[in-house]
Amino acid sequence: MALPKYTEPHYRIWHYIYLFICTCVFFFLIAPLFVIFPLSFNAEEFLVFSDGMKRLDPDAFSLRWYKDMIYGTKNPWGLAAKNSFFIAIFATLGSVLLGTVAALGLSSRHMPYKGLVMAALISPMIVPLIISGVAIFFFMAKAGLAATHTGIILAHIILGTPFVVITVTATLTGFDHSVTKAAASLGSNPVNTFMKITLPLILPGVISGGLFAFVTSFDEVVVVLFLAGLENTTIPIQMWTGLREQLSPTILAVATCLIVMSTLILVSAELLRRRSERLRGINR
Amino acid sequence: MSIEKQKILTTDGIPLELSLKKAEKKNKIKAFLLVCPLLLFLIITYIFPIGDMLYRSVDDRMVTDMLPKTYKAMEQWDGKDLPEEEVFEAFYLDYKKLVEEKTFGKLATQLNFEKNGFKSILKKLKRKMKNFEEGNYKEQIMSVHKRWANVEYWRALKRRAPSYTYYKYLKGVDMYENEEGKIVQVPEDRRIHKILWLRTLEVALFVTLFCFLMAYPIAHLLATLPMKYSNLLMICVLLPFWTSLLVRTASWMILLQQQGIVNDFFVMIGLVADDNRPEMMYNKTGTYVAMTQILLPFMVLPLYSVMKTISPSLMRAGKSLGGTPFISFWKVYFPLTVPGIGAGCLLVFILAIGYYITPALVGGASGTLISNQIAYHMKSTLDWSFASAMGLMLLTGVLAIYWVYNKLVGIDNIKLG
Repeated sequence: MALPKYTEPHYRIWHYIYLFICTCVFFFLIAPLFVIFPLSFNAEEFLVFSDGMKRLDPDAFSLRWYKDMIYGTKNPWGLAAKNSFFIAIFATLGSVLLGTVAALGLSSRHMPYKGLVMAALISPMIVPLIISGVAIFFFMAKAGLAATHTGIILAHIILGTPFVVITVTATLTGFDHSVTKAAASLGSNPVNTFMKITLPLILPGVISGGLFAFVTSFDEVVVVLFLAGLENTTIPIQMWTGLREQLSPTILAVATCLIVMSTLILVSAELLRRRSERLRGINR
Repeated sequence: MSIEKQKILTTDGIPLELSLKKAEKKNKIKAFLLVCPLLLFLIITYIFPIGDMLYRSVDDRMVTDMLPKTYKAMEQWDGKDLPEEEVFEAFYLDYKKLVEEKTFGKLATQLNFEKNGFKSILKKLKRKMKNFEEGNYKEQIMSVHKRWANVEYWRALKRRAPSYTYYKYLKGVDMYENEEGKIVQVPEDRRIHKILWLRTLEVALFVTLFCFLMAYPIAHLLATLPMKYSNLLMICVLLPFWTSLLVRTASWMILLQQQGIVNDFFVMIGLVADDNRPEMMYNKTGTYVAMTQILLPFMVLPLYSVMKTISPSLMRAGKSLGGTPFISFWKVYFPLTVPGIGAGCLLVFILAIGYYITPALVGGASGTLISNQIAYHMKSTLDWSFASAMGLMLLTGVLAIYWVYNKLVGIDNIKLG
């Protein structure tokens, strides 16, 4: 951002101070993530940069902790990863299904009590997680679903739907309803209209809501800590246990994998957002 | 002069007005049916259980039902001196039944919440009770342990007589009902909850403030830079946003440890001596630093989306009308960003006030918050009704903040990403 030539010197100084502050904040945001990366390749057991690493000595680096993550004895990560993906995928499907259908109803201008219903639907996002955790635990315990996959999936559907509702409703605000009317007037039934006309148009919103729901479920630890038994351990639970007991480099290897995954999710979410904005731009 | 009002009819011969009303009603039902599955699901699995928390927090029938004879006998007791023989006898009979049913453990746990030390004397009583002779139970029970002769314990027992109680709420703010039935504060050295509430509020406020101070300049930069640069920098905000909370907490644990990089850096620039590295983790500093970084994206994103809509020509107009950059910023730009500030601060504050994971990992004893206490009672002491009561108090606070925010700024200004 170039300053115009006529800028007075003291504003120029202020401008550089401003840029310096911004740089510091960006550094503060992103740098912590990059600490994990090199340390996960540490050949030693300590969580500090060894002298060898500082000299970039190849012997100081190894894939030891990644091997431990995959092949380690009494290794919890395999089961945890399996559970995490299983739960997250089904929770995402459930959230997307319920959330999209509800968003369709919510964006209809005929919807009665819109404000109240919307508040109820996004309440799991508003209420602090710890309270949601307690409430959901009471329900699951009563329903006999504590320490089951079903219980955790249902809990994550509760937490994930608000994101889907919000993103899909946002996509639907720019939606031109005359296209569905056109389809209806041409003899299409509502289901067909939805599948062929509405869904392709709101798909970016649906998928980005789904991504939110997936990440929510995949990272969720507060509610799962209340609900999970030994059989239902997930990656966040294992990380939580590991961080509480002893910070081992294996955790950093897992963390690195998670960062790579979140980068992929970020890229797809960004692409979707742009596509959705473009589509909405055309609709207007 | 009267004109016969002719009703407009549809092709079916039904008045148009009626027909439209019918269609409107049908549309309403259709929209509602679409929302129904999710709404019902949430009501059953989520909203209703929150109501259940309210019930649990005041429900105290368990103890009442366990000791029916005792409480019947206690009705006559004024609570001043030790109760009469009949109360002791009734208690003995009730407790004997519980021991036979093997449910006395629950009673012991509940009474121990009421007064510390109840558990051990109940256990001792259970062991000694086998050798009790008939009659004169008062003497026999009192001989088991000297606490049984202490009227305080009997008063504690009597306090649990009603089926419903607001006692847990009082406990949540370090108060209790004393012998005369007055509500008073617990002794100074035992007011742990007050400290926690204040600390939670303090941490949430400061984290919000720090987030705001850091997010404002970078949101401004992101909104004013040309697209190709700002998209690149936006990654710095979005990558942490999408990264697992535990991963970010782990990285702070590595950075802030005594032999960690931050301390190394301080030693390098000579800020602290090598043998005197400050403890930056397991205290409030750790909580502040980690929570600020973790919640920062939630402040940047709403600010950015508001700033993006502000036309740069407004600032130029301000300047051309003679305002210095600072004045035109303060008088023109800043007021326009207020909705973004409101949304960001609300989001961060609400998230911070219910935070649990990060304080539990990097907070140590002086950095734990009210959520940690709720989790502790849920998982360790199993005093679920107390956890419910505290959770509901927290929820009330959060809802009050929403209400105020809605009055001031309007809730519709919250945007995601």
